[in-house]
Amino acid sequence: MSTTRKRVYGYLAEFKSASALYKGAEKIRDAGFRKWDCYSPYPIHGLDGAMGMKRSILPWFVFFGGMTGTATAFALAYTTQVVIYPTVVQSKPVNIFTVPAFFPIMFELTILFSGFTVLFGLLGLIQLPRLNHPLFASDQFRKATDDGFFIAIEARDPKFTPNGTRDLLAEIGGANIELVEEED
Amino acid sequence: MASTTHTAPETHTGVKIPVLEREKLILSGRSYNWITERICGVLENRQPFLWWLLFIPSALIALIGVGGGLTYLVSTGVGVWGMSNRVFWGFDITNFVFWIGIGHAGTLISAVLFLTRQNWRTSINRAAEAMTIFAVICAGIFPAFHVGRVWFAWFLAPVPNANAIWQNFKSPLLWDVFAVSTYFTISLIFWYLGMVPDLATIRDRCKPGIRKILYGIFSLGWRGGNRQWSHYEMAYLLLAALSTPLVLSVHSVVSFDFATSVVPGWHTTIFPPYFVAGAIFGGFAMVLTIMVPARFIYGLQDLITMKHIDNMAKIILLTGTIVGYAYLMELFVAFYSGAIYEMDAFKFRIAGPYWWAYAAMMSLNVLSPQVFWFKACRENLWVIMVVAMCVNVGMWFERFVIICTTLARMFLPGDWKTYSPSGVELMTFVGTIGLFLALFLMFLRFLPCINIAEVKWTLLESDPHHDDLQEHADHGVVIEAAYQKELVSSK
Repeated sequence: MSTTRKRVYGYLAEFKSASALYKGAEKIRDAGFRKWDCYSPYPIHGLDGAMGMKRSILPWFVFFGGMTGTATAFALAYTTQVVIYPTVVQSKPVNIFTVPAFFPIMFELTILFSGFTVLFGLLGLIQLPRLNHPLFASDQFRKATDDGFFIAIEARDPKFTPNGTRDLLAEIGGANIELVEEED
Repeated sequence: MASTTHTAPETHTGVKIPVLEREKLILSGRSYNWITERICGVLENRQPFLWWLLFIPSALIALIGVGGGLTYLVSTGVGVWGMSNRVFWGFDITNFVFWIGIGHAGTLISAVLFLTRQNWRTSINRAAEAMTIFAVICAGIFPAFHVGRVWFAWFLAPVPNANAIWQNFKSPLLWDVFAVSTYFTISLIFWYLGMVPDLATIRDRCKPGIRKILYGIFSLGWRGGNRQWSHYEMAYLLLAALSTPLVLSVHSVVSFDFATSVVPGWHTTIFPPYFVAGAIFGGFAMVLTIMVPARFIYGLQDLITMKHIDNMAKIILLTGTIVGYAYLMELFVAFYSGAIYEMDAFKFRIAGPYWWAYAAMMSLNVLSPQVFWFKACRENLWVIMVVAMCVNVGMWFERFVIICTTLARMFLPGDWKTYSPSGVELMTFVGTIGLFLALFLMFLRFLPCINIAEVKWTLLESDPHHDDLQEHADHGVVIEAAYQKELVSSK
């Protein structure tokens, strides 16, 4: 609609191959940008370094998630079998010596809790699910899940300037440079 | 096969090492777009007539066998499963172990082969994981209804109930509940997370409409930015690392159901590794049974190549031989133990009224895969299909032999019975085969059956240094060797 105000999201540029994307990323990293991303149909190994990104912190979440699982299983089994309701079955002990029989369930709950932490930790870190994104307004961006390689630099980056950023993208080999706008 | 050799430059030892060129995983030099088109085409185009020809009977069999069979069971009682016989664990636990075993190949392909960097897995992992999910669904039906009053199946969950009685956490049967439900949940998470980027691919190809909205919701708004990929790859690695011990634990725990009892023929320490090897063996046979026809119907020969099939045939040969070793070791240990009950249990298996089941197990599982020693057999799809079917049947007989022949001769001669399944039991089992096929066909119809993103990743030009390498006359062989040298010297 003509009455909607638009806000600039940033510039989107296409690169011809994974190698071109990689080299472009190194240059943008060196130019000091922070709010930008490379888009590709598959994970490009080594691009983290070219973008100056740190290793994902997800393993730490998962470590503590897994430990919670182990503790939950132990607490559940020990409390019910030894503390609250000791029942002698097959003449197995009802004291601390019965703990080895809890190992399989402690193992399974460690894995289960870790798995859920991976799922929800990942969704938190990548800030999904979300229903829409300004980049989806771009027609060419649809190729990013097929065979296109893109770099998008956001307008909220302090280094962003309307002309300078476009020239930078053109200089490092970006084609089809497009100003992406979102509806306010 | 491709065996062009180049000579690498001098490495740290000063010896020239010949570098074998790797066989390509994707044939015919296909482009990214071709891969997207071909895989998405499977679910975007009209399904071939054969799809309907398979789906309608499968769905009907599932409806009558599982739907009808279980309705009859619930409305009448578990007696219709022939459980008045002493062999309580007869058919249903055989089927449970059979289906659970089928699932293991999926997790093995997706997790263990991922950790060991076997890139050929990318073409088959999605379908194999789907198979895992569907096999575990089929497996779950049997113990759930076997408990008798299925509406009390929630007693298996560790929640306080009106009788204030907690589950026995020392029992392998409860371990099994935890192992199987964890296995299902983790497999589902692994399968779904692996599919998110591909669902986004389909979303971006859809015309606006209900389909686009649904694929959009399930792809979670995936954009494929490297800030997402970086965390995503870590998540995938973590799930693979978690699934690897999990898959080994699940069938080990299933085998504890038997091994921790004091029943002759069951009380053996070889059971966990023997069950795990058998599960992988049976699972790979099922992957081949399904993928070889699917690859033809949908024209996926360039993605699922003869190399993939060859690798799977080799794994079947290996695990089949491990299973054969376990069968013989069981016999040896029974003999060496000097325990008359143990010896009698195995004599009964081999020469008792179930001799035919034992013979079927031995010949189908141990002898039939031996043809894969020969390259000609690994390259002939008919031989592969026949062996895969033999293994499917053989692995079912293995579970039948373990469970039914053992329970038919327990300690009290008054309990001695020969077991045969009731009609309803048979119907339910056939129903689960229909259910499995129907679910798999639905999967082909609605979800990407090959991992699009990972297959693209295996192409040579996906390496960010590919263009640099192409500029050299030797296509990067020198650089690769220099890199290897750097790796060695940095240690």
